[in-house]
Amino acid sequence: MVELERKKMINLNVDIAIIGGGPAGLAAAVSAHENGAKNIVILDRNSWLGGILTQCIHDGFGVEETGISMTGPEYADIYIKKAKKYGIKFMNETMVLQIESNKTIKAVNKKGLYDIKAKSIILSMGCREKTRWSVLIPGDRPSGIYTAGVAQAFINLYNIMVGKNVVILGSGDVGLIMARRLKFEGANVIGVVEILPHASGLPRNVVQCLDDYDIPLYLNHTVTYIKGRERLESVTIAQIDEKRNVIKGTEREIKCDTLLLSLGLIPENELSMKAGVEIDEVTRGPIVNQYFETTVPGIFACGNCLQVYDTVDLLTIDAKKAGKYAVKKMITQNNNIIVQTGKGVRYVLPQIIDNPGKIHFTLRVEKIMKTPVLHVFADKKEIFKKKLPWANPANMIDFKLDISNDIINTKDSIEVVLYDG
Amino acid sequence: MRNFHIAIIGGGVIGSAIAWELSKYNLNVVAFEKSSDVASCTSKANSGVIHSGINSPTGSLKARFCIEGNRLFQNLSDKLGFQLKWVGKYIAAKNKEESKELEKLLKVGVKNGVPGLEIIDGKDVKNKEPNISCYKALWVPTAGIILPYSFTISLAENAVKNNVKFMLETEVLDLQKKEDTFFIKTNKGDFQSQILVNSAGLNCRDIVSMLEKPDFNVYPSRGEYLVLDKKYCNLINSMIYPVPPKKLGVLGIHITPTIEGNILLGPSAEYIDDPLDKITTKKMMETLFDEAKELMPSLPNNSAINAYSGIRCKLVSKEKGGWADYRIEESKKTPGLINLIGIESPGLTAAPAIAKEITKIVSKSIKLKIKENFKTIKFKNKRFSELSSKEQSNLIKKDESYGRMVCRCENITEYEVIKALSNPLGAQTLSSVKFRCRAGMGRCQGGFCTQRIVRIMAEKFKIDINKIKLKSKNSNLFYGRTREKEDD
Repeated sequence: MVELERKKMINLNVDIAIIGGGPAGLAAAVSAHENGAKNIVILDRNSWLGGILTQCIHDGFGVEETGISMTGPEYADIYIKKAKKYGIKFMNETMVLQIESNKTIKAVNKKGLYDIKAKSIILSMGCREKTRWSVLIPGDRPSGIYTAGVAQAFINLYNIMVGKNVVILGSGDVGLIMARRLKFEGANVIGVVEILPHASGLPRNVVQCLDDYDIPLYLNHTVTYIKGRERLESVTIAQIDEKRNVIKGTEREIKCDTLLLSLGLIPENELSMKAGVEIDEVTRGPIVNQYFETTVPGIFACGNCLQVYDTVDLLTIDAKKAGKYAVKKMITQNNNIIVQTGKGVRYVLPQIIDNPGKIHFTLRVEKIMKTPVLHVFADKKEIFKKKLPWANPANMIDFKLDISNDIINTKDSIEVVLYDG
Repeated sequence: MRNFHIAIIGGGVIGSAIAWELSKYNLNVVAFEKSSDVASCTSKANSGVIHSGINSPTGSLKARFCIEGNRLFQNLSDKLGFQLKWVGKYIAAKNKEESKELEKLLKVGVKNGVPGLEIIDGKDVKNKEPNISCYKALWVPTAGIILPYSFTISLAENAVKNNVKFMLETEVLDLQKKEDTFFIKTNKGDFQSQILVNSAGLNCRDIVSMLEKPDFNVYPSRGEYLVLDKKYCNLINSMIYPVPPKKLGVLGIHITPTIEGNILLGPSAEYIDDPLDKITTKKMMETLFDEAKELMPSLPNNSAINAYSGIRCKLVSKEKGGWADYRIEESKKTPGLINLIGIESPGLTAAPAIAKEITKIVSKSIKLKIKENFKTIKFKNKRFSELSSKEQSNLIKKDESYGRMVCRCENITEYEVIKALSNPLGAQTLSSVKFRCRAGMGRCQGGFCTQRIVRIMAEKFKIDINKIKLKSKNSNLFYGRTREKEDD
C-alpha cells in the first residue's frame, strides 16, 4: 500500500534540501555549494526567489555586509545570480507539506506530489506576523486592518493602495518602514502607537521613517478599541501604566480608515515541529548547536525561523555558516553543554555547544540598559566579561568566546548574564 | 420573472432551510438577503450546537422543533455533506445546590423524549473529561456540533441549484398587500408574491411593521465568544455546559469543541439596544475566561486566537427576564404573511423542522407537487489536505490548480478557492471564501493567503479591486491603485 502511494509520487534524491528561498535559504544554498555540495534544491511556495526582500523596496540592505546600501530586490539579486550560476535547483510554487525526522520531505506543486529524500535539510521558512488577535483588541471587525507586511505586499508588489488615513500599532521595523512608504504614496499617516516605553524597531528606522517625516510616535500607548461595522472608522488609543493598564482619561478616538499592525514576528516552525525538532520557547525557533544543527541530526536551521534578526546582513552571515555546516558534517559529541540565559538576558543562541572552539553567540536583552556588562559563567566561575555601549531589546547583541575542552568536559551548563552598571 | 409563489425575507439558517425545503416542490421561490452572503448574522455567530431538547418546556414550539430537528440532522449531514459530530454534552453542577437543577433538566428531558440522559458523579466525569471539575453532571449523548455557516451555505446553495432565486445585498424597503398579492420593494427592484415568509431574524419586527402593527418587541442580546488555538483541542472531548442561569434565559457560558478542532468559550449574554452592535469587549473577554475556568481550572491563559459576537433575537426584555417561546404562524391580520418571530437558540437545531412546518402552512394555500428533477449537491467533498497522497496526486494530474497552495496554514488549494468563488449564490467576498473553504482561518489569519485570493478575484473573476470586499457592501479592502498607469 505504501509502495503504491510512493509510485504515484515524484521521487527525488538530493544532498541538501532547503525549505524556503528567502535571504536565509539563498545564502545557505550559495554557501553549501561553495563548500562542495553538489545536488542542492531550494523549495519555495512563491514563484520567485528572495522571499520577503522582493517587497522591501526601501534601501539599507547590505550595509554591514558589503558597505553598499541596496534595496531588498537588489540585495536578493546578488544571491539569486550566484545560485543560478552554481546551478542550484529551484522548485518554485512548491509547498512543503511534511518533513520527517529521517529527512524525507513531502511537497506539492502543479506537477504533482513529491517525495524528496535529502542527506541534509536546512530550515529557512522565515516568520509570520502577529495579528490583531494575538493581542485581542476588542471592538468591531471591519475591513481596513492589515498587518504591516501584508500592506507592504499590496502596495509594492500588487500596486494596490490599502488606505488613506492610517494609524500604525506597533513600532517594529516593518511598521516604521510602512509609515514612510504610505506617506510617500500620499496617505495621511496619523501616528505610530507603541505599548513599550521605547520603539521596537531599529533606532535608525525611527529617525529615517518617522522623525524625518514628522510622524508622531506615541510610546506607552496602545489601541484599546476598533470601530467600524464595514470599513474601519476609528480606533481608540490610550496611555498605559507600567503594568500595561489603561490610564483612565487618556483615551481618545482617532478617525482613520486603516490600521496597520506591526506587533512583531513569529518564526514559522510548524514544519520543524512535524519533523520532531525541539523549539525554544523564547525564540520560538529551533534549539540549535554551534553548527546550526537542530535536535534532529542532519536538519539545520537559519534565518528568521531560527530567530528574528535585526538586519538581513546579520542573518546572511549566520545562514552561510548553516549552509557550510550542512555540507561538512561536524562530529558532535554526546557530552554537550547547555547555554543558559541568566539575569537580563531574554535568549541566547546557540543553546547547545557540542565541541570546543570559538563560538559566535547572539542574544537579546529583556529591557533597555544604559551601562550593561556581559558576563559568562562556567562552573560558577566567570570566564568572560565585556562592557557594552548600551543594550536595547530591539538590537541583537553578539560576542565571540573560546569554549575550551575543559569547559566542555564539565558537562555542565554555561550561563550568560547581563548586569546594568 | 418577478412574480413568485413565495418570497422569503432573510438568508439566515431559517430562511435558507425554508428555501431548500420549498425548492423540492413545483414553486417559484425568491429569497432576499440584505448582506453579501447567507449566514451573515446570528446564523454564523453561535456555538454551532445541535441541541437535544432538554432545555425547553414540554409542549413548547422550542422543544418540539428542537427535538424534531435533532432527529433530522444525521440524514441531512449525510445528504448535504456538512460535517456533524455527536460529541454529547455534560451539564456540570458545581455543588449540591446546583445539582438539583440537573434533576429538573433530566425530568424535562425525559418528558420531551430525549434518550440516553444520565446524571453522573463528578469523579466519573473526570474519567471521561480529565480537565473538568464538578460535583455532578447531566450527560446528554444526543447533542452534536456542526459548523453553522457550512450548514446554512449548503442549504442556500442547494436551494439555488433547485431554482430558488436567491438575491444577496437585497434589502426589503417596503411591503404592500393588495388583494392576494404582496408587493415587495427592494433596492434591487420590485417583486410580487402570493406568500411572504418573514424569517428576517433580528429584523423580523421591522418586516411586520411594513404590513401591520406588531404586537411584540425584539430585545437583542449579545453573546461574545473566544476561539482557542487548535493546539488546545485535547482539553475536552464533549461540550461542557454550566447549569443554565435562568434569569437571562440562556444556557450559560460553555466550552464547546468545534468541527475544525478549535474550542469556543461563550457566549456571554448582555442586552443591547442596537441589534447590529456585534462588538467584542475587553470586559466580556475576561468574563468568558473566568467563567470557563470555573468549569475547567486548567484552561491556559492567552490561548485565544480570535473573538467574535452574535446577537440573539429575544422576545422578553431584560426587566422581565426568563423565557419566551417561538412564534411561528400565519398572520391573522395579513393572510399569506408567515412570521417566524423570536427564533433564537435552539434555532439552528430547529431550522430543518421549522422549514417542514412552513411547507405545511404553504400547502394549505398552494397545492404542492414534488419536483421530478430535484437534485442535491454535496456541499463539501473532502478537503484536498484530508486526502491520501494517491488521491492528491490524481487530482493534480486532472487539474494543476490542486497543486497550488493558497492558504498555507490550512493547506487550501487554488482549486478550492476558485470553487468557493464560483458558488451558486454568487457570494464573492473574502469572508465568503473563508466560510466556504477555510482559507484565511488558520494561525496567520490571512497574512499569507489574502494577497493570493485577491489576485484570483482580480485575475480569474475580473473583480475590480475597488469592489473587493471583506464581508459586506461597504467593507472595501482597497483604495485604488498605488500608481495609475501613465498614458504615454
